[in-house]
Amino acid sequence: MIWLLARRELRSLFLSPLAWAVLAVIQLIIAWLFLFFLQQYIDAQPQLNMMPDPPGVTETVISGIFQSTAFILLLVIPLITMRVVSEERRNKTLALLFSAPVSMTEIVLGKFFGLMGFLVIMVFMLTLMPLSILIGGNLDFGHLAAILLGLLLLLSAFAAAGLFMSTLTNQPIIAAISTFGLLLLLWLIDVAGSNVSTDKASELLSYLSLLRHSEAFNKGVFSSTDLIYYLLFITVFLVLSIRRLESDRLQR
Amino acid sequence: MCLKVRGNIDFSTNEDERNSGMTQETLISVEHLSRHYGPLMAVKSISFELHRGEVLGFLGPNGAGKSTTMQVITGNLAPSAGRVRICDLDLLDKPRAAKAHIGYLPEQPPLYPDFTVNEYLRFCARLNQIPREGVARAVDNAKQRCGLEQVGKRLISNLSKGFQQRVGIAQAIIHTPSVVVLDEPTVGLDPNQIREIRSLIRELGNDHGVILSTHILPEVQMTCDRVQIINQGELVFADSIENLNQRTSTTSLILGLHQPPADTELTAIPGVGEVEHIDAEYRRIHYTGDTNPAETLAEHAVNKHWGLFELKPEFNSLEQIFVDITAAEQDNTGEAA
Repeated sequence: MIWLLARRELRSLFLSPLAWAVLAVIQLIIAWLFLFFLQQYIDAQPQLNMMPDPPGVTETVISGIFQSTAFILLLVIPLITMRVVSEERRNKTLALLFSAPVSMTEIVLGKFFGLMGFLVIMVFMLTLMPLSILIGGNLDFGHLAAILLGLLLLLSAFAAAGLFMSTLTNQPIIAAISTFGLLLLLWLIDVAGSNVSTDKASELLSYLSLLRHSEAFNKGVFSSTDLIYYLLFITVFLVLSIRRLESDRLQR
Repeated sequence: MCLKVRGNIDFSTNEDERNSGMTQETLISVEHLSRHYGPLMAVKSISFELHRGEVLGFLGPNGAGKSTTMQVITGNLAPSAGRVRICDLDLLDKPRAAKAHIGYLPEQPPLYPDFTVNEYLRFCARLNQIPREGVARAVDNAKQRCGLEQVGKRLISNLSKGFQQRVGIAQAIIHTPSVVVLDEPTVGLDPNQIREIRSLIRELGNDHGVILSTHILPEVQMTCDRVQIINQGELVFADSIENLNQRTSTTSLILGLHQPPADTELTAIPGVGEVEHIDAEYRRIHYTGDTNPAETLAEHAVNKHWGLFELKPEFNSLEQIFVDITAAEQDNTGEAA
């Protein structure tokens, strides 16, 4: 049942031009960044060759572009998630799901996995670019896998937060803006922490930061603490979404 | 106010007694259902039952609580108080199993405009737990019943309002649920479609239970077995259509004469009570009891060359009852306030 709902969500996304536009624009921008990073790497070859243990292409180029990707997608994901619930509420199509024999949890998970489907497609499209290096070079696949896992976890966290914001309102634009605000805040929250690193409170703030937790994966480290952080983050927002939809039935 | 509520409960127990003789399967039983929106009581302690093979009509002015009641029955709203049982399953305890027995068409059909009719119905079929191999048949069946064969491949957003409404109905009956709940199903349809949908509802009423809300009173008379009138969240009238028809049976005739005689001449005819002038040629003839003076009237009219061109029984319409009841209610509450 979750699978059915997820498939419908994904289908709906691709039936509107928005998903296609987002994919195209992101692809173009990341391609530009990719070429830029690659050029930098090639230009830096003479210096890199003099180093005793030079960083490889995966470490410099790929982790570089995926770090920028994460930030660019922070701006884009709210546009994808904004309509998920708010538009259904506006078109009164939620009644179809509410009166069908499915639970609220299934509805929310279905929507979340639908979004995940889109994110996986997007990440796959982006990964094709670094893979093109294989034509003339070698890649560190372990490192690449860690980067991709980190990126997917980060994007899933974005999607879960966006889904929750979408359940709060019936105006997609408001959902988009508040998702964007929330994500940016969580991204930048460790700015406060990085100045005075000894303070307990700022340690907590930097722990909350979404950015911090993506760093280890980007370095090629599979960090279970960060994995758990993301899973918790996703779970919290999904549970909140379920609660929010339940309360729709209780009062309006 | 308290007294009135008690009156309603008495009413529903009368109902139960009457129906118990028919040994019908109870599909929905609603007990003392209430629902508020903040301080506003939208539905006040409503109780009723729906049996298999029955079409129940919900009537009421705007904002009376019809849609709220339907939303509670279909699980879109949680009741503030009271119980809803569907096919003996409590809606709150076993929502999944209970909802599998329900098909619901809300006031605004819940359609995905980007989907084609076929895609949408296939999704609804799967959503309502129809196994994969049965989906195609269920979709074809629903399309055929709602007259959607021609538009299967079209986008829902490109369909006219009437067709969208039909897709909404197809969605509600696709899994052949025991109970079909239709909130104003004939809104926005042309007269032919309305007739088709009405006969579809009658057909559904043969082996399912149907709850239907409407503003159109003749629709209730044509399609329903029982009527409930809701006003300001309370059940103010509940009876079968047969009893209602007896209540609405003719007590007056409309008579059209080119050369109408004096009223005294008309009242002299046995059985005729009062004579009312509608205009120069039309008279309304009131009569009492079972003595319908139509035949003798016609005889007199022909013999005395009154120029008879029209003679028809006038039904005391459901509309009249509706207006009487709801207006009386308003008066009462006005006094109370």
